[in-house]
Amino acid sequence: MFKHETIETNSALLTVLALIAMGIGGLVEIVPLHYINDTIEKVDGVRPYTPLELRGRDIYQREGCFLCHSQMIRPFRDEALRYGHYSLAAESQYDHPFQWGSKRTGPDLARVGGKYSNEWHVQHLKAPRSVVPESIMPNYPWLLENDLQYLDIGDRMRALKKVGVPYSLTKEEYDANVEKFGEEVAKMLDINRAEENLLAEAQADNFDGNPNRLTEMDALVAYLQMLGTLVDFSKYDEGYFVEFR
Amino acid sequence: MSNADNRNSKGVETTGHVWDGDLQEYNNPPPMWWTWAFYGTIVFALIYWLLYPTWPIGKDFTKGMFNNITFVNDKGEEVTTHWNMRALFLKDQQTGEQAVKQREYLDKIAKSSYAEIMQDPDKMAFVNSMAKVLFADNCGPCHGRGADGVIGLYPNLRDDDWLWGGTIEDIEQTIRKGRNGYMPSFAGVFPKEKLEAVAAYVLSLSGIEGEDKAKIEEGKHIFQGEEGGCYYCHAKDAKGMKSQGSANLADKVWTIANVPAAATYEQKLAEVEKVIVNGVNREMPAWEGRLSDTQIRLLTVYVHQLGGGK
Repeated sequence: MFKHETIETNSALLTVLALIAMGIGGLVEIVPLHYINDTIEKVDGVRPYTPLELRGRDIYQREGCFLCHSQMIRPFRDEALRYGHYSLAAESQYDHPFQWGSKRTGPDLARVGGKYSNEWHVQHLKAPRSVVPESIMPNYPWLLENDLQYLDIGDRMRALKKVGVPYSLTKEEYDANVEKFGEEVAKMLDINRAEENLLAEAQADNFDGNPNRLTEMDALVAYLQMLGTLVDFSKYDEGYFVEFR
Repeated sequence: MSNADNRNSKGVETTGHVWDGDLQEYNNPPPMWWTWAFYGTIVFALIYWLLYPTWPIGKDFTKGMFNNITFVNDKGEEVTTHWNMRALFLKDQQTGEQAVKQREYLDKIAKSSYAEIMQDPDKMAFVNSMAKVLFADNCGPCHGRGADGVIGLYPNLRDDDWLWGGTIEDIEQTIRKGRNGYMPSFAGVFPKEKLEAVAAYVLSLSGIEGEDKAKIEEGKHIFQGEEGGCYYCHAKDAKGMKSQGSANLADKVWTIANVPAAATYEQKLAEVEKVIVNGVNREMPAWEGRLSDTQIRLLTVYVHQLGGGK
């Protein structure tokens, strides 16, 4: 007869069976979200990150910002009062990995874009307590000192393209993007122009306040300033988003 | 799974494992309450599956029963849908006890003129509690939770010195549309002596005078003449212009140059020179669109009554 002892004393078998048991949970909970029609809301405006924003997001991850800051406003009244409209699935559809987070030591950042000025972000990232005395956030002074490494931006975009983010390499892909996002955005998503786009964006907006240098601060602030700004909620009836649940 | 053959000396069944020659593990059945609690969770799950959205079926999923939520959409139509967090949230916003209570006051604020709000202690109590929270989250990061500002970076809102005007209309305009404070950098424009002269003149306007009166006169000449052109924005009397957001240099309030903290006259000069050389570039974001009209009204009244409103 099959004995439980057989599993307990055979680590390979135990591992395989445990994986199967956990796999069933994953299959039931995660897989359907990929084919159920209503998972991702159909809204205008959501686009993949521009090259500069993408570098900013990578720095956000490198510095572990997600450990203290979530990017997920839940549909509760207190969160709506503080952070704004609840997050949509559509808003993080191009995030790999997603930045929803699971713990808020600092505030949620899902809609921090445009809330504070660029100069505030620079000052606050450099020395948080110089503007918010009660803050416990660490200082990140090196963001202003480090030149932004951007020569591998094409590779970073290619990697995301492999997991489904519509950055374009060929003429057909570019044309499809023009169709989907409009010409202006499609240009930003073109991997062949990634470097010049990144430099042009940094030059135009000068996020770190120093026009002579391209620093990691430029990229991070560019990223922070676009968070949660892509969807114009005034265009939609609140009842519309309910249809997707 | 019975291990009837594995019994220890007291006759209790064991799992049959033996460690270190004599360590054994009892194989007692779990207590009855535990077993029934376990069955209870299964029953709970079955009921839950019935009531709430649970199982995926093809491109759809089971929606749950006897559990519908009715809310009102933006067009004013009643919508009834299966249970979900978004509908529940909308319903709470519309009919929840706290939300209704708060909306009653928000409506009052929206419909009253600023004068009416400020004369009504009941409305002001609401302004002070709600706008305080709004201020701490939205305005506090720059101006400080207590609105004291950060010298050199962001203005103090508790004093009666206003760059962009301190009337209720001016304050609303500032919050709604944002402001962009700009003073060009004069780096390399003046030689060191002239820079010092302008700084000495600016300090003298606040009653801080050094020995060298001629220098102050020279500074005044540069300030009010075409050489410096400072008066374009700060005005001939150096009291600033609301339309430019330029600082009043003739009072003792300092927002950028940290003159009060500088100990000696030389250090105070250096503080002012630093501002002239570096210029100023500050931005207050526009809050229209991010905050509702009523929230902006609340903040306007709140900022106005912090102490310095005109």
